[in-house]
Amino acid sequence: MRYLPLTETDRRSMLGVIGAKSVDDLFRDVPREAYLTTLVDLPMHAGEIEVERELAKLANRDVAAGAVPFFVGAGAYRHHVPASVDHLIQRSEFLTSYTPYQPEIAQGTLQYLFEFQTQVAMLTGMEVANASMYDGSTAATEAVLMAARVTGKKRVVLSGNLHPHYAETIRTTAETAGLEIVSGRAAAGAGETADHLLDENTACLVVQNPDFFGSLRDLTPLSEAAHAKGALLVAVVTEIVSLGSVTPPGEMGADIVAAEGQSIGNALNFGGPYVGLFATRQKFVRQMPGRLVGETVDVEGRRGYVLTLSTREQHIRRDKATSNICTNSGLCCLAFTIHLALLGEEGFGRLAGLSHERAVMTADRLAKLRGVEVLTPTFFNEFTVRLPKPAADIVEKLTKENVLGGVPVSRLMPHDKTMANLLVIAATELTTPADIDAFATALSKVLS
Amino acid sequence: MMNKQGRPTHGAAGDHAHFETISGDRGLDHEEPLLFEIGRLGKCGVDLPETELKHDRLGGLRRRGAIGLPGLSEPEIVRHFVRLSRKNYAIDAGLYPLGSCTMKHNPRLNEKMARLPGFADIHPLQPVSTVQGALMLIEQLAHWLKLLTNMPAVAMSPKAGAHGEQCGLKAIKAAHQARGEKRSVILVPESAHGTNPATAALVGFTVEEVPANERGRVDLAALKSKLGPHVAAVMLTNPNTCGLFENDMRAIADAVHKAGAYFYCDGANFNAIVGRVRPGDLGIDAMHINLHKTFSTPHGGGGPGAGPVVLSEALAPFAPLPLIVHDNNGFRLIEDDAEAKGRDLKPFGRMCAFHGQMGMFVRAMAYMLSHGADGLAQVAGDAVLNANYVLASLKDVMSAPFGSGPCMHEALFDDAFLKDTGVSTLDIAKALIDEGYHPMTMYFPLVVHGAMLIEPTETESKHALDDFIRVMRGLAEQAKSNDKSRFEGAPFLAPRRRLDETAAARKPVLRWTPPAKTTAQAAE
Repeated sequence: MRYLPLTETDRRSMLGVIGAKSVDDLFRDVPREAYLTTLVDLPMHAGEIEVERELAKLANRDVAAGAVPFFVGAGAYRHHVPASVDHLIQRSEFLTSYTPYQPEIAQGTLQYLFEFQTQVAMLTGMEVANASMYDGSTAATEAVLMAARVTGKKRVVLSGNLHPHYAETIRTTAETAGLEIVSGRAAAGAGETADHLLDENTACLVVQNPDFFGSLRDLTPLSEAAHAKGALLVAVVTEIVSLGSVTPPGEMGADIVAAEGQSIGNALNFGGPYVGLFATRQKFVRQMPGRLVGETVDVEGRRGYVLTLSTREQHIRRDKATSNICTNSGLCCLAFTIHLALLGEEGFGRLAGLSHERAVMTADRLAKLRGVEVLTPTFFNEFTVRLPKPAADIVEKLTKENVLGGVPVSRLMPHDKTMANLLVIAATELTTPADIDAFATALSKVLS
Repeated sequence: MMNKQGRPTHGAAGDHAHFETISGDRGLDHEEPLLFEIGRLGKCGVDLPETELKHDRLGGLRRRGAIGLPGLSEPEIVRHFVRLSRKNYAIDAGLYPLGSCTMKHNPRLNEKMARLPGFADIHPLQPVSTVQGALMLIEQLAHWLKLLTNMPAVAMSPKAGAHGEQCGLKAIKAAHQARGEKRSVILVPESAHGTNPATAALVGFTVEEVPANERGRVDLAALKSKLGPHVAAVMLTNPNTCGLFENDMRAIADAVHKAGAYFYCDGANFNAIVGRVRPGDLGIDAMHINLHKTFSTPHGGGGPGAGPVVLSEALAPFAPLPLIVHDNNGFRLIEDDAEAKGRDLKPFGRMCAFHGQMGMFVRAMAYMLSHGADGLAQVAGDAVLNANYVLASLKDVMSAPFGSGPCMHEALFDDAFLKDTGVSTLDIAKALIDEGYHPMTMYFPLVVHGAMLIEPTETESKHALDDFIRVMRGLAEQAKSNDKSRFEGAPFLAPRRRLDETAAARKPVLRWTPPAKTTAQAAE
């Protein structure tokens, strides 16, 4: 078996040193009735040829985003990742290294994490960021827990225009963590109303910008409303590329930013692995969850990096930790750092500009179709339209026309009848005029 | 006699190697500044056209002012990250004796399969008719996990082991609530991994510790005495963090169930028993499986992980959304509470957006298909054999508190053998770095003093083990010979010497700051 280096000769020799008769002998602490005497009922081992064949058969049943005109967003976005990124993250020393608990032999990992933390703070307009979380939804959840710790209050107000999966994830953790969650009403293209729910017991207001429907709004009045009640503003960003064009939450009064970084460096991957970004003000640093990398020097005075403020974390504080987290997003984080390094200021601005431009082109083209109404006058690369019929059916029919035409809101808000005809549509720099044509033609056909 | 830098002066390495270079680099070891220190305006590593859009739709929220990102060309970026990579130890380069981490070889076939467009280039919210292959793969992986553990259900969405622990405890809490019971305590052994009590606290439980007996296992009598109507669950690791099989598992499960509680098993050490023991046969109710440990998905310098949780009949109804079901139209997802309730399921909620770590599922599936039932049983056998070989080869010069019997996949040593030498566990670990190894897990578990936990895994050859053993014996002997020269101030040969972690925590510098801003801040 190609991954297992021991030979029978090795085993015999090793058993001799140990003084055991057989490998089974080493399992003698296992109760006999629990120790299997036959193999589990699964196929036997297979070589690369067979494994490739079997998995390729499964993969070939899927419609890849790159194969058709593609307009699906709602929390994950298809951007172009330069060839160097995937090549670099597969270097052995990045791919197969462990968590950098021994900093002397992990400066590669620690330095890129320090660079990542700096990039995230810059993008979000905040002072400090951590070394990544699992994804945007768990980052938002951790932000809520942190706000409760910082303010000592237990009530959390969620915007109704927050990505429904994010809202559900926050609720799931918050309810057993002793917090009360209230949500505003969802409304595509309308103003934010969740701030009306703020009171003196509120720990934070969670808003998303651009929101789930794609709308952009100035968060400054919302942060002022929150602060007036002694609450923090948590800003969620699901499309990180938007920060190349849009005022960042840090310049609009946000106290914590929880974002999804998948758009930079990481493929769609059917929902994971992704990379959560978490940024806040310096004064809250000791309440942050997740790993933090800090700068220091070694005994010879040379600059180096280490994991720091570990007394917040589970391996030191156990049940008093700020969070139970053990992993960050490692390699996804590295992909983000490298891609953003390749983009730089100019490239990132252009990437954002192109994404916005293609979305504007798409919106303007579709708005010309009879029965299609664009509900979100401001947006970055994602907008919502109202169709004359249920959007879920339309999307199924578009699939038969070989177009992946967006996400029906009803998929994530199945019980709100006012949402049944709403479709969320995303575009990026990869969206071509031909794609937009194909979408418009197919939609027109399906609507008639 | 020591020179100024504290390097041992025992000859051979050559004092002529101690000159200062002009560059500050030494051979293949390059000093590498931060991106922000080498980036420049006007440089870019991609060629993207400018937008031609005249009027934006940003509602007056156009970002003004520079972000501050550095610009570099592709060659500069490639060189930067290649140089950084060379400062890292990695399993591809050498053995990691890290107990409870299962640092095994990461097959490259896994990487190739995960990148097939039909898995990598699909969106979680595409119509399910367009992702049948992906859903089928997740179901197939779920099937293998259930069969290997003999459990009827599995929650696939947790993104890491600790996330899986949270999922399992949430299901347990929901199950108690459904019975109208409010139980607030989780029993956890003193030797537990930190994520166990941290997770219990997160889910709103308080933790009570159960001591170990003199054989390094959970004290059954002590555990039984702590059970009662206030105990929601017991969280155990098996094999435990001392590398020993908890022989009383079945008795513990029976006692726990009799007391109306549930049995959570931390599956971090599944590598010791995969294909040979099924935790479901021992009476557990939930167990997370670290795909990045037992099933070889790469550690990636700290992530991403994946922590699916197998569940018993009692807990299965509470599994979180989404659920994958199969009907006449093929596979589809239940993503909504109401639809789940229509099937008599009571998901406790949702662990995260979308469906789980698909990229890691593909890698784990490729690994499982490659090994098969026979290969997986051999994985556990060789992992246990390798650990016992290390234990048997070192216990005469080091101290193994439970060395009189076999260990499982990891061998535990303590610092008794270092008594009166002035050398600590930390010193041994740092000296190992100079010898070309990553240190073993140190000071964990907490139940022995100065713990050293060694898990070689099954992908180490006998040759690699013999080399490691020889070095450990040499270090142990040197420590006991009262020659501290190579321990004090180690490591000497790594890209960095010991780093000042105290200073880092006292005045945290967590990002690079542009020089102008630093001056302004200093002036405040």
